[in-house]
Amino acid sequence: MRTLKFLLQKEFLQIFRNKSILVMILVMPVIQLIILPLAANYEVKNINLCVVDHDHSRASQELLSKITASGYFKLAGYTSSYDEAFKLIEMDRADLLLEIPQGFEGKLIRFNEQKLFTAINAINGIKAGLGGAYLINIIKDYNTNLRSDWIQHPRVNQLPTIEVTASNWFNPLMNYRLFMVPGILALLITMIGAFLSSMNIVREKEIGTIEQINVTPIKKYHFLMGKLIPFWILGLVVLTIGLLVTRFVYGIIPQGSILLLYGFVAVYQLAVLGLGLLISTYSDTQQQAMFVAFFFIMIFILMGGLFTSIDSMPEWAQVVTRFNPIRYIIDVMRMVVLKGSGFSDIRVHFATVFLFAIVLNGWAILNYSKTS
Amino acid sequence: MKQLLSFIKKEFAHVLRDRKTLLILFGLPIVQIIIFGFALTNEVKNAKIIVMDEAKDIASQEIISKVSASNYFEIEKSILSQQQIEESFKKGIIKMVLVFPSGFNNDLMHMQKAQVQVIADASDPNTANTLTNYLSAIIMDYQQMLNKGTSLPYRITTETRMLYNPQLKGVQNFVPGLMALVLMLVCVMMTAISIVKEKELGTMEILLVSPLKPIIVILSKVIPYLVLSVVNGVIILLLSVFLLGLPIRGSIPLLLLESVLFIITSLSLGLLISMATETQQAAMLVSVMGMLLPTMLFSGFMFPIENMPLLLQVISNVVPAKWYYIIVKSIMIKGLGFSSIWKESIILGIMTLVLTVASLKKFKIRLA
Repeated sequence: MRTLKFLLQKEFLQIFRNKSILVMILVMPVIQLIILPLAANYEVKNINLCVVDHDHSRASQELLSKITASGYFKLAGYTSSYDEAFKLIEMDRADLLLEIPQGFEGKLIRFNEQKLFTAINAINGIKAGLGGAYLINIIKDYNTNLRSDWIQHPRVNQLPTIEVTASNWFNPLMNYRLFMVPGILALLITMIGAFLSSMNIVREKEIGTIEQINVTPIKKYHFLMGKLIPFWILGLVVLTIGLLVTRFVYGIIPQGSILLLYGFVAVYQLAVLGLGLLISTYSDTQQQAMFVAFFFIMIFILMGGLFTSIDSMPEWAQVVTRFNPIRYIIDVMRMVVLKGSGFSDIRVHFATVFLFAIVLNGWAILNYSKTS
Repeated sequence: MKQLLSFIKKEFAHVLRDRKTLLILFGLPIVQIIIFGFALTNEVKNAKIIVMDEAKDIASQEIISKVSASNYFEIEKSILSQQQIEESFKKGIIKMVLVFPSGFNNDLMHMQKAQVQVIADASDPNTANTLTNYLSAIIMDYQQMLNKGTSLPYRITTETRMLYNPQLKGVQNFVPGLMALVLMLVCVMMTAISIVKEKELGTMEILLVSPLKPIIVILSKVIPYLVLSVVNGVIILLLSVFLLGLPIRGSIPLLLLESVLFIITSLSLGLLISMATETQQAAMLVSVMGMLLPTMLFSGFMFPIENMPLLLQVISNVVPAKWYYIIVKSIMIKGLGFSSIWKESIILGIMTLVLTVASLKKFKIRLA
């Protein structure tokens, strides 16, 4: 116990002595938590629309003003030929073009049917999908209005219609930041823990100070715990800072118990630090450790469900995500902060992450040998 | 010249000796191609939903069977109480609840109007939106089936064409982004760290007292990473063509040329970072903070730039990866020629010039 105390003292001294690193540990999350959710915005709006109007009728003008009034679309161009509009798409000045055929209004009256044409720049799949759906909805709406305007008498709707009323729970205003902020906080905790702990032991290896520790009677687990505990505490500090930013910058108040969050992060940190230690014991240089850590964290982030939903992945990929610790913390963060889930809702997550912690740390201890 | 060559050889030996790092450098793009190409979709599929059918009549049953037949939804179970809904949402097992009020078919047939309630877990707003859209479409479909024979007057239909990417895959968007990301990673991080390492370990001094000109020292540090990056870029392109089936529409030499330009930009940036930092940890943090994250954020491949606040949009202009991303997208996916990307190329060129001059100015031959 006394050995551990001295080791901790040493580690803390080293962390606090290196002011630039310390500032980065504490300031980086704040800056990222403020910038990332602003940037990581998948809300689809401000879609640049180019209209090719061959008709110039009252109907086409009405449709146009309805589209621009929706707030989703910005009129980026109003051209008279398809080719001109297509140029705008090629230059990325427009995302979507809507072609209104010649004689649109007249033919609609005469033939009872008219066809509009839209072309969407679909390089960005989500934007294209949602943008197209918005446009079609607006056109449908316009169509319904037009029908009731043009047909005078039937006040009563003759055809059976089904009305869909949608209510959005947990995030009624559909605020995208509410979704991103807890996830990004989870990410930051992971990144700091994994990167710092993976580089730490290697640094001693590279500089050569690890030899000095190896010849002392310090036990393996003492040494590793001495490395682990300071970062574990730092992780909880980062969580606290993050929650404060979440509360005061974004006004997000966790629906669930904060104690539960701390409890989960405390266990989760053990797993992440274990991963870092494991990488550390396998690498010879800091550069190596950093790249290996980067490799895993990158994959974990992509497969963690932060940006794309895990449910839509193919079966094999879903199985892979079960071995991804980041998946669990992102899930828990969102569940507890947004939905107010309790311990019984996340007990499986708890158990899994605890298992990760034991396996990773055990492996790291086994792999770390005092003799080279 | 001979000096330079033997020096480059030394640097290559350094790089090639570190097998683990090398493995990661080439493994990363391959794994990412696989993940992005096969695992991640923005499509929403197999969303688990709960049906609360208080009506249990023909209409509700028919809609339910239509819903369960579609790929988008997977009906988890049917329940009856309000409380169970909230519990299921909190456990995170379902995304949506579909509620049919009692007497649904009756209302529909006799009042000509019936209601369906949809409750979505909007903690993920885009998924909630998409699912609601899908469900409405299915219900509209059913409604149209009911109304068959009676055609509506003044019908406006819309024909939609998805350009460049008809299946709405994510690949088109991310391969150019991945190119930018990996080249950035290799060039900036690797150069910065490897030069700082010589400083930290003290071997820089030895180089500085040697009769070599500083410019040769720098060049020989940089050239191995240039070669590595080109190889890496070619691997990504080959994988995306042969594994993902994403053809390169434009000119390949032009694409490679632009890539080399971007690589040089990144290398000069890595050089600048290495001149400004003293320890590997600091160099790493600066290159992650200063380069990697901005590359992911502001190149526009993960998040649309036009959605960002104005300030961030302005900042995005100084990120080289943004311009490179536009160039790759134009050449690879849209198949455009040099005439439509000369502006972006000039911007990259100017950036390179500024960065190189700045880092050469900072290069100190004497130790502090």
